[in-house]
Amino acid sequence: MKKTMYEKIWDSHLVVDEAGQAPLIYVDRHLMHEVTSPQAFEGLKLSGRKVRNPHSILATMDHCVPTKNRDLPIADPIAKKQIETMADNCRENGLNLYDMKNPNNGVIHVVVPEHGFVHPGMVVVCGDSHTATHGAFGALAFGIGTSEVEHVMATQTLPQKKSKTMQVVVNGSLSKYASAKDIALAITGKIGTAGGTGYVIEYTGSAIRELSMEGRMTLCNMAIEAGARAGLVAPDEKTYEYLKGREFAPAGDYWDQALAYWKSLTSDEGAEFDTTVVLEGADIAPQVSWGTSPEQVVGVDGVVPSPDSFADEGKRKACEGALAYMGLTANTKITDIPVDLVFIGSCTNGRIEDFRIAAEVAKGTKVAPGVTALAVPGSYHVKKQAEDEGLDKIFIEAGWEWRDPGCSMCLAMNGDELTKGQRSASTSNRNFEGRQGKGGRTHLVSPAMAAAAAAAGHFVDIRNL
Amino acid sequence: MEPYLKHDSIAALMDRNNVDTDQIIPKQFLKKVERSGFGIHLFHDWRYNDDGSDNAEFELNKPAFKGAKILVAGDNFGCGSSREHAPWAIADYGFNTIISTSYADIFYNNCFKNGILAIRVSQEQLDKVMAEISADEGVRFTVDLENQQVITPAGNGFNFEIDPFRKGNLLSGLDDIGLTLKHVDKITAYEVTHKQNFPWLWA
Repeated sequence: MKKTMYEKIWDSHLVVDEAGQAPLIYVDRHLMHEVTSPQAFEGLKLSGRKVRNPHSILATMDHCVPTKNRDLPIADPIAKKQIETMADNCRENGLNLYDMKNPNNGVIHVVVPEHGFVHPGMVVVCGDSHTATHGAFGALAFGIGTSEVEHVMATQTLPQKKSKTMQVVVNGSLSKYASAKDIALAITGKIGTAGGTGYVIEYTGSAIRELSMEGRMTLCNMAIEAGARAGLVAPDEKTYEYLKGREFAPAGDYWDQALAYWKSLTSDEGAEFDTTVVLEGADIAPQVSWGTSPEQVVGVDGVVPSPDSFADEGKRKACEGALAYMGLTANTKITDIPVDLVFIGSCTNGRIEDFRIAAEVAKGTKVAPGVTALAVPGSYHVKKQAEDEGLDKIFIEAGWEWRDPGCSMCLAMNGDELTKGQRSASTSNRNFEGRQGKGGRTHLVSPAMAAAAAAAGHFVDIRNL
Repeated sequence: MEPYLKHDSIAALMDRNNVDTDQIIPKQFLKKVERSGFGIHLFHDWRYNDDGSDNAEFELNKPAFKGAKILVAGDNFGCGSSREHAPWAIADYGFNTIISTSYADIFYNNCFKNGILAIRVSQEQLDKVMAEISADEGVRFTVDLENQQVITPAGNGFNFEIDPFRKGNLLSGLDDIGLTLKHVDKITAYEVTHKQNFPWLWA
């Protein structure tokens, strides 16, 4: 039988498949951060259970960590306790932790690929919905809850329901200045935030093949924003090139053995997907979200929609609510929307390529009066690489703040946040009400779009720069 | 986990689609290292005014919905972040049942790990049930998991589908990990083969 990549990975990880209970699948890699793990460790301890395979785990601290003045004690006592608890739990269980002071520290989904910890064909989990990121390597990677974190620690398996398969084809090539982020937003706009519910998406087509590994990570990262369990991109030469030589990548004879296996993973020619969605790469304009859900997006050359333009009652009401929260009027041109704060970073767009393209746009500009602009690298390695390339100087000279790594304004747990009514251009992944601070208004964009908005003080169609 | 028993309870109405887990439990409450005490923060940003007083406009603050164990909500409930703090907050507030047309995958799984029955209904059924609550706020529904049935006074009740494994666990209050560990020999055997097939993963 012809199989999709998802089905191949699923079949090779099935440990128990018996009538009357959910199939048990094996977990190869378990990623951790400080927010969704403490209650799992507590549960493990209370039940007298142990971590089954400590080598399958890589942990970091990212959600609550300050992105400046790292040498000072953490001011928030509850965040401080969470950070300390993470360190204690990892020490007691013999787990590899990149703590705040570690040169490998950063956002979990940026750090993990940097060290080659995830390979094609693996099953990867983390108590974090953006685990989907690692699908860029052809790994089945998905977010889980804290009870499941405990389950995986204790058993190295998870009861799972098999997902349906969705193929998202992006034909042709992207236009200049459209990016992986724009593909992700355009897909979410097209199928909606529940469009992928119950599915694993495989992204195919020439525009996907043309994406760098960083771009593929951005794309898969946001599979969850379309409701999908996971996103997948078949591995190819770019994947192998990226992995080769990294700390946890196979070496020596193992490399050839692994490579042969990885090459067998791609979906068979003619394998059937439960559903297929097609986009034309050339049609994807740089996207800007206008509402409070990642499906509420439009091309930068568009306008804020009117509630009346939605036939569906639910979407019409959602539009009304979003416009009220966002302080926007229907039919306003996107390029007329001003911004107060610009954030480049997060597990979606905190990688070196993101800072390179943003720096290209920011070079020689000045942050507009009244605008605050934050560049927050996804890891210390990204930070160092950017500094080696002189990108930090470009940002600083343009009036940006150049910070230490962390999740920062993506979810505003660490003190970096919007105040009520403030409006951001953000390269993160969610524009939910209050996500970046209570009453804060988030517009999701690509790094290039964010950098252009910082200089202009409003959104700009970067294709015209 | 407490076994899920047949009960009748007030059904509260939240007529909104795409309620995300950031709204269910905003991020400022995710720093705790315990599982308990999240109920008072449930829907914090909608539920409380800036001065900390109750927002009278927020649906769950209606006196008629006090003590509700059943939450009836719009499509795609629980989307976004994987935070299990969301079902912890929902359960701690007192809900043990949610009725909606669909749920985000991770949230749906998380509910069943915390004794919350998440029921999927058709849009037509949901519309009827919502209309019944709107017309009679404070109305009580009966939820009978054993027979996979919801009964309402105005006759808008329905049967629902649920995975037998999830149903069994809810009814018995069984711990998932204990169930999985019954298969520990199979896990060990899988690992032996896995090491032979993929030695680089274990190097």
